[in-house]
Amino acid sequence: MSALPRGAPAHEVPLRVEEHPFFERLDPLLTREAARLAWERQFDTGAMIVRDGDPAEWFYLIFQGKVALEIASAEKPHLTIQTVGPGEVLGWSWLVAPHFWRFDARALKPTRVLAIEGAKFRAVLAAHPEKGYQFLMRLLPIIAQRLENTQIQLLDIHGL
Amino acid sequence: MASNALPPQPIPSSHPLAPAPFVVRSQTAETPDTHTLVLSPSDGHAVPPALPGQFNMLYVFGVGEAAISLSGDPSDATAVVHTVRNAGPITAAIAQSPPGQTVGIRGPYGRGWPIDQAKGRDVVLVAGGLGLPPLRPVLYGLLAHRERYGRIEVIYGARTPKDLVYYGQIQQWRLRPDIRFQVTVDAADRSWYGDVGLVTARIPDTRFEPGNSVAFLCGPEIMMKYAARDLEARGIPQSSIWLSMERNMKCAVAVCGHCQFGPAFVCRDGPVFRYDVVRDWLATREL
Ligand SMILES: Cc1cc2nc3c(=O)[nH]c(=O)nc-3n(C[C@H](O)[C@H](O)[C@H](O)COP(=O)(O)OP(=O)(O)OC[C@H]3O[C@@H](n4cnc5c(N)ncnc54)[C@H](O)[C@@H]3O)c2cc1C
Repeated sequence: MSALPRGAPAHEVPLRVEEHPFFERLDPLLTREAARLAWERQFDTGAMIVRDGDPAEWFYLIFQGKVALEIASAEKPHLTIQTVGPGEVLGWSWLVAPHFWRFDARALKPTRVLAIEGAKFRAVLAAHPEKGYQFLMRLLPIIAQRLENTQIQLLDIHGL
Repeated sequence: MASNALPPQPIPSSHPLAPAPFVVRSQTAETPDTHTLVLSPSDGHAVPPALPGQFNMLYVFGVGEAAISLSGDPSDATAVVHTVRNAGPITAAIAQSPPGQTVGIRGPYGRGWPIDQAKGRDVVLVAGGLGLPPLRPVLYGLLAHRERYGRIEVIYGARTPKDLVYYGQIQQWRLRPDIRFQVTVDAADRSWYGDVGLVTARIPDTRFEPGNSVAFLCGPEIMMKYAARDLEARGIPQSSIWLSMERNMKCAVAVCGHCQFGPAFVCRDGPVFRYDVVRDWLATREL
């Protein structure tokens, strides 16, 4: 992994992977490995966390703040389609080839995260298939939920 | 519908189909297509008492009649408040009625929200779009006797920030320490710093004691279907979840069958129903 994650390094009480709800009751090896690959970052309001089209080298555990996921079109250059906050995880593009971000993510408030190195963590999952499966089963409901939300949003339910 | 827990509301017996004249006292634009009207009886009488969740039939001379929920403070006997979205010819005529104009009103009709069941319990209100107006009287009622209830959690979702109704009042409610009022929109531009996502995305973050809570839901049926499912998954029994089913209606006195909903008539048996009673009919096409 060549570049460091965006954002400023943090100087406060360190964040800990095992205290993030996403890792709750996951196998300790996964937590340990994620902690080894974690970089703590903080973002001021308005700062970009990820950019559409950039290589997806990280995924993010959000501990504080709020993050807007934005997509762009010619008519709407910055359309926020979702916000995520403390306790949530940002990004799965690091898991799915060709590993590019498909949206922008921007801090809506001062935000603190742990950025986990995706490629190395993929290697951990591949080396421990049973634990890797456990990890994917933790992520899959989140992806399924977001898909369902998108489907409901497509219905434009408030349009009457 | 026998299994619905509330007794039916008596349908007003004297001249049930004759509207009484009301005068528009004020008209406020909530959004480009939605207006709030404050109306009072032209003859100066008190307005008929109504329960939160009930609706009136509003009649515009020469145009027609539409069901519109009561959205004001139920303790105010001097005026009725209606928030109306311009969805077609009748609602356009109502929403655009200027101060001084006379509008015919008959009602109130229907069964309201079972606020009694909320006593001593946590209350979760989930509103989508124009689902907030029929729930606002509940909130007025809860806040008037705040000590009677546990936590009050409100989740309100709209399509975009421009579609939020009662914006100024929501800011006030959000400042209150004794309720939690979450607002979310389906999509937003960069001027919005609030939450974006469906109301269901806020449910995991909502605090209530599952075995001692009631939930009142109002909004698009598909939203209520998913929100009810998620509240049930968080432990609120189906029998403590209530929904307002605002299916299209004509007569409002259970004669014409226009608003039939499964075996029930929305105008007589609803619009508020218990989730277990209507679950199978939710988000099915109108008959
Ligand atoms: C119990 C109840 C309470 C209601 N409360 C309110 C309220 O507080 N504010 C408000 O603005 N409207 C409310 N409505 C909806 C309102 O009655 C309808 O929008 C109105 O009758 C439409 O008449 P129209 O001539 O303006 O439009 P139409 O030309 O008759 O209809 C315009 C469009 O709206 C659709 N539509 C009509 N009625 C409904 C309905 N009930 N639900 C969903 N879509 C509908 C039609 O299918 C059509 O696509 C309520 C309806 C019910 C049954």
